[in-house]
Amino acid sequence: MSEKKPKIGVYVCHCGSNIAGMVDVEAVRDWAQAALGQDGVVVSRDYKFMCSSLGQELIEKDIQELGLERVVVAACSPHLHEKTFRTASERAGLNPYLTELVSIREQVSWVHTDKQVATEKSKALVSGAVHRVAYNTELQPLKVPINPNTLVVGGGIAGIQAALEIANAGFHVYLVEREPSIGGHMAQFDKTFPTLDCSACILTPRMVEAGTHPNITLLTWSEVISVSGYVGNFNVTIKKKARYVNEELCTGCGICVEKCPQKVIDDVYEAGLGYRKVIYTPFAQAVPKYPVLDRPNCTFFKNGKCKACEKFCPTNAIDFTQEDQYLNVEVGNIILATGYDLFDARRVTNYGYGRLPNVFTSLEFERMSNAAGPTGGEITLRDGKTKPETVGIIHCVGSRDKNFNNYCSSICCMQSLKFAHLVKERTGATVYEFYIDMRTPMKAYDEFYQRVLEEGTLFVRGKVAEVTNATHGPHEKGKLIIQVEDTLVGKQRRIPVDMVILSVGMEPRHDAKQVGQMFGISCSSDGWYIERHPKLDPVTTMTEGILIAGCASGPKDIPASVAQGAAAAARVLDKILQKEVELEPIRATVDESKCSGCRICNNLCPFNAISFLDDVGVTRINPALCQGCGTCVAACPAGAISGTGFSNEQIFAQIEGLLMGV
Amino acid sequence: MTDSFEPVIVGFTCNWCSYRAADAAGTARMKYAPNVRLIRLMCSGRLDPTFVMKALASGADGVLITGCHPGDCHYIDQNYKALRRFLLLRRTLKGLGVEPERIKLVWASAAEGLKLTNEINAFVEEIRALGPLHWPKWDSNGHTAEKQPILEVTA
Ligand SMILES: Cc1cc2nc3c(=O)[nH]c(=O)nc-3n(C[C@H](O)[C@H](O)[C@H](O)COP(=O)(O)OP(=O)(O)OC[C@H]3O[C@@H](n4cnc5c(N)ncnc54)[C@H](O)[C@@H]3O)c2cc1C
Ligand code: SF4
Ligand code: SF4
Ligand code: FES
Repeated sequence: MSEKKPKIGVYVCHCGSNIAGMVDVEAVRDWAQAALGQDGVVVSRDYKFMCSSLGQELIEKDIQELGLERVVVAACSPHLHEKTFRTASERAGLNPYLTELVSIREQVSWVHTDKQVATEKSKALVSGAVHRVAYNTELQPLKVPINPNTLVVGGGIAGIQAALEIANAGFHVYLVEREPSIGGHMAQFDKTFPTLDCSACILTPRMVEAGTHPNITLLTWSEVISVSGYVGNFNVTIKKKARYVNEELCTGCGICVEKCPQKVIDDVYEAGLGYRKVIYTPFAQAVPKYPVLDRPNCTFFKNGKCKACEKFCPTNAIDFTQEDQYLNVEVGNIILATGYDLFDARRVTNYGYGRLPNVFTSLEFERMSNAAGPTGGEITLRDGKTKPETVGIIHCVGSRDKNFNNYCSSICCMQSLKFAHLVKERTGATVYEFYIDMRTPMKAYDEFYQRVLEEGTLFVRGKVAEVTNATHGPHEKGKLIIQVEDTLVGKQRRIPVDMVILSVGMEPRHDAKQVGQMFGISCSSDGWYIERHPKLDPVTTMTEGILIAGCASGPKDIPASVAQGAAAAARVLDKILQKEVELEPIRATVDESKCSGCRICNNLCPFNAISFLDDVGVTRINPALCQGCGTCVAACPAGAISGTGFSNEQIFAQIEGLLMGV
Repeated sequence: MTDSFEPVIVGFTCNWCSYRAADAAGTARMKYAPNVRLIRLMCSGRLDPTFVMKALASGADGVLITGCHPGDCHYIDQNYKALRRFLLLRRTLKGLGVEPERIKLVWASAAEGLKLTNEINAFVEEIRALGPLHWPKWDSNGHTAEKQPILEVTA
């Protein structure tokens, strides 16, 4: 009882009416002064916007004039403004870790509806923080050096952009791509909306630059298999799958590909619409130029005969004995730019994809319209010859649909308009677009829509119920019938067409969850990687040092993916240039005089920070490895481990404070 | 009196997921029962069982323990340790003659504001149905009036 309480200041924020509209701020202020005086509160104030410079100055002034030793701010979530108020305290000469932020906005005013109850709950939360803060101790942030190398995972346009920005700034990048070439989805397209630039023409120079950049180690046909460490110092193991081609010797002449007698359907690059050889480069402009031998389909690996590629290779680069290699690299930051998968159109059974031959997916159409694609750019029915006279393009397949994905895939309207333009241009066919809402919000997008309208494409507003080959009468013979409710006219229509293109949506990579877990980041309920803040921090994640860019965090067009790649790179460069990163000093330490040597904690640490000193019979924690989860603190039966920032004393006091008067 | 019983619940949240789920619920203005008062820990692995006992002893009628989904823990797998402690705590409570349902474990990711909201509302109703927490009286042999041993002997 005689223990001297530190002097505490309490500051209650109105947040305009955000808090004050549901919490009686003055009552909380007065109560804190009166009821918590015995717990050290010497001043309690309210202010319209505590986070404003005037609000902050209020705190700073009190620290200096009243000699406050602790500060409690009741306002918004610590994830928003903890730093603001800690910095304010620091400016006034108080160690920043002696300031606590209580969330009475996210946890009270925004989620409750009864002002009196909300006010009482606010008091309880303030009391919890006041009791807790008395046990806060002065802490210094930990500084660790940043390894200047960066890992970029995924060589689509977002990953390429990120890698180039960092490499051009003079730092080393490991660019890891799982396919034989970088380029991602963009490499599969012919034209890109809204400008109709040739995709290869704008992408290839970037790919070449990434492939030849002295600061980029390009690892294609490779995957990350494990990651350890933390921001500044990650240790990554990369599996470089055997290509069966010696990259030192291969000149990329392509003779092996030409001579290989075995063809298989190319499900990846050609979207199943064309073939590739068993030894192959996915496309002519592939970077790197070295082919990959597809072992499961190779005649030599299957029955010991063939080796045509080896026979004809002028530089003896084919190596059937090559094995997977494992590389260890150390990097300071990691950017995940793993992109998206396409929604599987078979799942919407009433649209007949996979059953009705002339129903195509958007990606199939991209390949078909590509001059280097399986049809040489000719738009034909599945037979490869017949030109369609009527084409129906269906929007939102698998998107904005409770049965599949709730979200809008954001690019399908524009991609459908692009298709309409290409079909008209190349075949003169009549084109119908079936849309629910037309979404063309970005630069020059709506102008493109106007252009396609003027070209004479017919727009039907309504969700297509069915695509069928069950025809009614001779005028429908041999056609695919699109059954739709035209909501503008207000009636059911049956529209006969020769070809249907499904604008399938984007989905998270099938392995996004496992990949995310490996890097310590999580997915939203839709499966996309979660950004630290959806508006203000879209390229960082909750895990320091792990960034995301492009479609890995949700559907985007190419400009947005490129912008995110560059943004992630800027964030990484910022870290690299600081040379050191400050980590929250939340760490566990063992009081060796209390440790009984029971070793219960020894196997609990996920980061191997805990070791046992055999000679003295006690446990020690390596602060450089400890990440501060607190598991060992909770486990020690002797109470020998304390966790800074979240000590037992702090939590016990907070519980007592929260339940004061209960 | 009991018909106006408003339970008081202490909730432990993890900095990386459930605390952010609470933030997300707030930002989206989802509504939930005001009976829960949250405490932020860095990880559910930090949950010392004594925190739960302390909360119940200090007047809470229930304790909500939340953390990242299995596999999503920011510190790899410490939430499995929280799960183990939770199961042990439930047994201990039962041994003490307190309804084990007074503690509940919920996994909620940072994006699951709605899930957290629903779980909080459900838990408040569960505790309301149990009524206020009354600690049983023990005799000097550590037995409650109903002669229950403090700890269940399990093989
Ligand atoms: C049919 C269609 C047409 C489109 N047309 C246009 C258009 O005209 N204009 C426009 O602006 N946008 C268009 N888009 C959108 C465009 O495709 C995307 O915005 C862009 O490709 C996103 O780039 P990204 O780098 O994020 O992802 P991606 O292109 O998907 O690249 C990701 C890369 O990461 C690799 N990868 C994935 N996982 C791993 C892993 N674990 N390890 C290593 N590597 C991995 C992949 O192999 C891939 O190379 C279209 C989309 C579709 C579906
Ligand atoms: S659990 Fe506690 S007492 Fe046991 S070895 Fe670890 S630090 Fe020492
Ligand atoms: S708090 Fe303990 S268990 Fe957690 S990282 Fe640090 S040493 Fe390891
Ligand atoms: S970090 Fe959330 S449970 Fe471990």
